[in-house]
Amino acid sequence: MRLARLLPGSIVGLILFFLAFPIVVVAIVSFSSATYLTFPPPAFGLRWYEAYFSNPDWLKPTWVSIWVACAVVVLATFLGTLAALGIARLPKGLRVVAAGLILSPLIVPGIVVAIGIYYAYSRYGLVGTPIAMVLAHTCLAVPFVVTSVTASLSGIDPRLEQAALSLGATPGATFFQVTLPLIQPGVLVGALFAFITSFDELIVALFISGTGAVTLPRRMWDDLRFQIDPTIAAVSTLTIVLTAALMGAAHLLRKRAEQNRMATSSAAP
Amino acid sequence: MGAGTNGAKSGRGASVTLSNLEKTYDRASAAAKAVDGVSLDIRSGEFLTMLGPSGSGKTTTLMMIAGFETPTAGDIAIDGRSVVAMPPYRRNIGMVFQNYALFPHLTVEENVGFPLKQRGIPKAERAKLVADALELVHLPGYGARYPRQLSGGQQQRVAVARAVVFKPRLLLMDEPLGALDKQLRENLQLEMRRLHADLGITFIYVTHDQEEALTMSDRIAVMNDGKVAQVGSPEDLYDRPDNRFVAGFIGESNFLPAVVRGLENDVVVAECEGTLIRALCPGRPASGAKVTLTTRPERLRFADGAWAGTEAAQNRLSVTVTEAVFAGERCRYMLRAADGTSIVLKEPSSAVIRRRAVGERAEIAWSVADTILV
Amino acid sequence: MSEVVQPASLALAVSRPKTAPFDWRRAVPLLLAAPLLVYMLVFYALPVAAMLLRSVNDPSWTLANYATLFEDVVFQKTFWITINTSVTVTLGCLILGYPVAMGLVRAKSMAPFILVVILLPFWTSVLVRSYAWMVLLGRHGLVNEALLALGMIDRPIRILNTPLATQIAMIHILLPYMILPIANALRQIDPSLIRAASGLGATPFMTFRQVILPLSMSGVAAGTLLTFVLALGFYITPAMVGGPRDITLSMLIAQQVDQLNWAYAATLSAVLLATALAILAVARKLPGVGNAFRTSMR
Repeated sequence: MRLARLLPGSIVGLILFFLAFPIVVVAIVSFSSATYLTFPPPAFGLRWYEAYFSNPDWLKPTWVSIWVACAVVVLATFLGTLAALGIARLPKGLRVVAAGLILSPLIVPGIVVAIGIYYAYSRYGLVGTPIAMVLAHTCLAVPFVVTSVTASLSGIDPRLEQAALSLGATPGATFFQVTLPLIQPGVLVGALFAFITSFDELIVALFISGTGAVTLPRRMWDDLRFQIDPTIAAVSTLTIVLTAALMGAAHLLRKRAEQNRMATSSAAP
Repeated sequence: MGAGTNGAKSGRGASVTLSNLEKTYDRASAAAKAVDGVSLDIRSGEFLTMLGPSGSGKTTTLMMIAGFETPTAGDIAIDGRSVVAMPPYRRNIGMVFQNYALFPHLTVEENVGFPLKQRGIPKAERAKLVADALELVHLPGYGARYPRQLSGGQQQRVAVARAVVFKPRLLLMDEPLGALDKQLRENLQLEMRRLHADLGITFIYVTHDQEEALTMSDRIAVMNDGKVAQVGSPEDLYDRPDNRFVAGFIGESNFLPAVVRGLENDVVVAECEGTLIRALCPGRPASGAKVTLTTRPERLRFADGAWAGTEAAQNRLSVTVTEAVFAGERCRYMLRAADGTSIVLKEPSSAVIRRRAVGERAEIAWSVADTILV
Repeated sequence: MSEVVQPASLALAVSRPKTAPFDWRRAVPLLLAAPLLVYMLVFYALPVAAMLLRSVNDPSWTLANYATLFEDVVFQKTFWITINTSVTVTLGCLILGYPVAMGLVRAKSMAPFILVVILLPFWTSVLVRSYAWMVLLGRHGLVNEALLALGMIDRPIRILNTPLATQIAMIHILLPYMILPIANALRQIDPSLIRAASGLGATPFMTFRQVILPLSMSGVAAGTLLTFVLALGFYITPAMVGGPRDITLSMLIAQQVDQLNWAYAATLSAVLLATALAILAVARKLPGVGNAFRTSMR
């Protein structure tokens, strides 16, 4: 009887282990001091981190990825927030079409998007430019911004806007003083996801990075094709930490938004 | 408790005139008229309640007064000026919503100061007005708290403070006490009346709770199916309902089918269950017409003892007791008349009044003034 | 003159308003959404459409490209490999994912921890996760070392660069897409139904089979279809850990683009896209699945 109750829990535990372990392995390997890829590592050290931080061939793509991602955050958050505000109030037919277009990058196979963009951008000589990377990544990032802001918007009591209007606030003042502060968590979470999406993006980058806009994922991919250098483990671990940090921030923001949303619904008598 | 007398305070409150208001939604069929020809004259400084079941059009009408819905026909005039073309943020009307609608990201002070900020009132003066408003609703010093830290009743009071801080001449309230428990509701009802007396402005209140309406209002407009069924003071509506709907919606009523046999001045004589009943009747129904007479359960009494011979006991009926329920302060009897009509009688419970038993036959009596033809 | 005009204009002034005073407000939502919509058309939708168009207008307007494609042996083999892999991976995700979904929903104190374990890999890049499997499945990787240490093999076996490696890695990456919709559906099952079932005498297994499983079906369908569609389009993982001869549809497309065979690549892309869209269209028609999609997309 006790075994029967332990069994499901241990199965789930095993599967979760399966999910988590590979990532942990990467982190462990990054601290190995062997030159080849073995596990478990014979000894530990910061060798590969040093290799990463001292090599401009790694640092330059890192820098490209960072500033492309930042530009994408600005562009995607701006366009996406406006669009989410608009879509929420569109009549049903238009709304479905607009949402379909905006969310389609989540569904269309990555390779199709990548070569489509490559096809068109190469016509205009945009391949190999960071600008092109920003333009393309923004399209991939907006679905996250729009989804996040829309979720935030739908949690706002519509009476709040009415209340603001009744108290003498013009529609503009209502937007800036009431709506915008309340969707702020959604906007920020969307911005975080936009950053992660752009920073980690590989398929489109493979085609349009050329030589002038080599991003970090592209550099890692090239390295993997030609040699398996544990530096990649160090880089990977750093990206994992970055991802975890951004996810944690997103989670905290969502929790704070929940608190604010609870304010007007029900209070203790 | 119901009727206040503040005609003398006019000047501080806005007068509101609704003329043939109509609101139809998209489907444009006659059945989809949410508001169907509502006309109402709301006097300066009065506490008027729009009372009705859900779907009666009361909230839609309120929304049109506030400016959140546009009438498909008709006009709304506040202090003599038509406001239909005016957006809500220019109407200068205070409004309290059912779920308070306090801004969760602002403190109580910022919430209450919000309308003042929109009007460009400088900070120092704002602080004073906010403090005054919070005093008015008995929440002094709560300025630094956030709405989520307040109880439901406190949130409601902040909502009221926010709606009156900029000294509007009209205050609209959309079922503001609906989300609160009974005890709290009753306390706040009294506070609302006091507030109305203090401020002297016009209150338009929407509710489906007829007890609430009877307690608080100067006048009540009963609404049904998008139309006004009757307007009047609480006593008017209770004692002299114009139609069957009002008689049934406000308080409890007995309905007695009868046939008109004659008219004596303002009193109609009708035959009901083989006896003649007299009822107040403003119109002149034809002889032989089938009508309905209505009385209130607590105005009926068992006809025994000295009381039975007085003028107050002119109408009589023979009944059988089918149910007897003791409910604390009252005893409630279900009675059955000769032809099967059910009648409810309520009498105060008292040690000296004999309680009737089920199956007992009795005679009930009540006054003509308490009988209305609807 | 003026007296004639005045009464008429007065009459107009008090007649009922015909249209809403804020007519301009109706255009605002569209104005807000327009910048993004135009942007995406220009930089994403039209490029992809233009590329896909090459499948029908190269060299001139023709459907011949599709005809030749379906007869092409390479395509058939690739298509078959892709479908095969996707089906296997989806089944693997289902078998492993359902228990985790149940665990996630049942766990009280452990739930946030479990969620982190599921979500962190989910947001880690596909590149990093595929690399992790390269490390684990390589000649000197953990799996080989462990098998050697346990004495189950004498020499390192080749796991990396085989179809098995692709499947394992893809299951790892796609598991969250299966777990989340199922967890959502499970979460919506009224707990009193389960109590009622056991009160009526059902064993835990019977309760699962006859109450929980059927009610979670919409989530299962959503997760399965989503996982399958995503698996069809996978590129990075098969390219990194798969065998040199095991080419998926997306890898074939990439190869053709490298060789500038745009017509062929476009035709392949169109087929891949059409397959994905067809499956999703069918999925949304299934009762409850549409909702499951929406909630799991967050």
